[in-house]
Amino acid sequence: MPDKRPVLESLDLTRAWRRVGHEIAEAHPASDRIILVGIQRGGVALSKQLGKTLADIYGKEIHIGSVEPGLHRDDLSNRAMSELLPTELPKDITGQIVILVDDVFYTGRTVRASIDALLGFGRPQCIQLAALIDRGHRELPIRADYIGKNLPTHPEERVEVHTTEEGVPQSVMIQSP
Amino acid sequence: MSWNQKHLLDIESLSAEEITAVLDTAREFKAVGERAIKKVPALQGKTVVNFFVEPSTRTRVSFELSAKRLSADIINFAADASSFQKGESLKDTARNLEALNADVIIIRHKAPGAPHFLARFLDAHVINAGDGAHEHPTQALLDIFTIREKKTHIEGLNVTILGDILYSRVARSNIWALRKLGANVTLCGPITLVPRVFEEMGCRVTYNLDEALAGADVINLLRIQHERQRKTMFPSIGEYTRHFGLTWARLALTKPDAIIMHPGPINRGVEIESELADGNRSVILEQVTNGIAVRMAALYLVNGSSNDSL
Repeated sequence: MPDKRPVLESLDLTRAWRRVGHEIAEAHPASDRIILVGIQRGGVALSKQLGKTLADIYGKEIHIGSVEPGLHRDDLSNRAMSELLPTELPKDITGQIVILVDDVFYTGRTVRASIDALLGFGRPQCIQLAALIDRGHRELPIRADYIGKNLPTHPEERVEVHTTEEGVPQSVMIQSP
Repeated sequence: MSWNQKHLLDIESLSAEEITAVLDTAREFKAVGERAIKKVPALQGKTVVNFFVEPSTRTRVSFELSAKRLSADIINFAADASSFQKGESLKDTARNLEALNADVIIIRHKAPGAPHFLARFLDAHVINAGDGAHEHPTQALLDIFTIREKKTHIEGLNVTILGDILYSRVARSNIWALRKLGANVTLCGPITLVPRVFEEMGCRVTYNLDEALAGADVINLLRIQHERQRKTMFPSIGEYTRHFGLTWARLALTKPDAIIMHPGPINRGVEIESELADGNRSVILEQVTNGIAVRMAALYLVNGSSNDSL
């Protein structure tokens, strides 16, 4: 039986995620050109919650979309093809500030694939990255702009983020091999 | 997702879950086809061979475009331009294609089972693009995809397949897929082309068109395959049209929102009235568009299973 233990609790996570919202608002005085794009599948629910925080701060709704990195991965021939989920962008991303949202930031490969997928739709003014958990072990020169919690891990471990349907973070579990 | 097949040889050996996996994957590829940039790098560096030992334009072109949209390299290898005329066997030709380091071989052949035969000794993934009168799995998958898109589900639908069932690989693949997904299938056509033996596949067989159309949600028309009939199976084209041709008047017997499908090419005025083929109940051209999405899904999924099974 693999050992699976909770490492972070709901209140901590919720506050950290709300803080990320405030950091985004601090960096971008106006919300008009911001599009939050959740990476399928873990980032999608979190992007909705982040959108709520930002809507409260800016006083108006935020554009939210999703992106499927699956077709742009660099390891397609080494793994079974995963289920493809929708890429849905609420408007043209050209000239916009796209903020990618993911639950766990790890090797950077998923983020790389997501960036490639997005660039097929237009040329944003910039793309930033917000992640709830940064577990380290980057394999590409990619960094996050906004981080909820840093979580030191071993590469062998699995990190799972659980959220409610609305994207409120509930718990983070680490599973040892 | 439940897909663990190295090849796509027929519908008969697929589970309902595997069929659904192809349809769900195809839905995302359809979205890719609607974007400004219709290409994704999923099969970058892969080589696909369109190996057609029987004439075909639309299926070949559909596979070609599918492979290109996945960034694979695709070459067309048609039998009449090849060594077949010089006496090379199917096995030798296929081995030669594989020696080009082909990752996927798409084969159309007049002999039933030719794709299965290749799959036994090739390392490459094999996709059946039609083998004799046996199966044409991607056509059935695109038909089911189109039905699901229009009707949102398959289970419990009344699907009538009309025409030359005996010689039709499209009919066989459709029957397998529809039955596995829980549709009610009615077959209708001249008695010589619709043998009762199809009842063993769980279909209703009738020789009365009005009866076949009553309450139908979907009508799938099949072309009369002159090239596969060894002898004349019905007295004349005129008589076929009189008994089994789809007309406005007969369409009134179906459900009011029933859709008309046809794998093409259409014989206008034979199996279907010309205006019906162009009318708002016809989804014939959508089938063509969906064919690309479904074939992209097939190429994508067979490639993904490779290293898993090793």
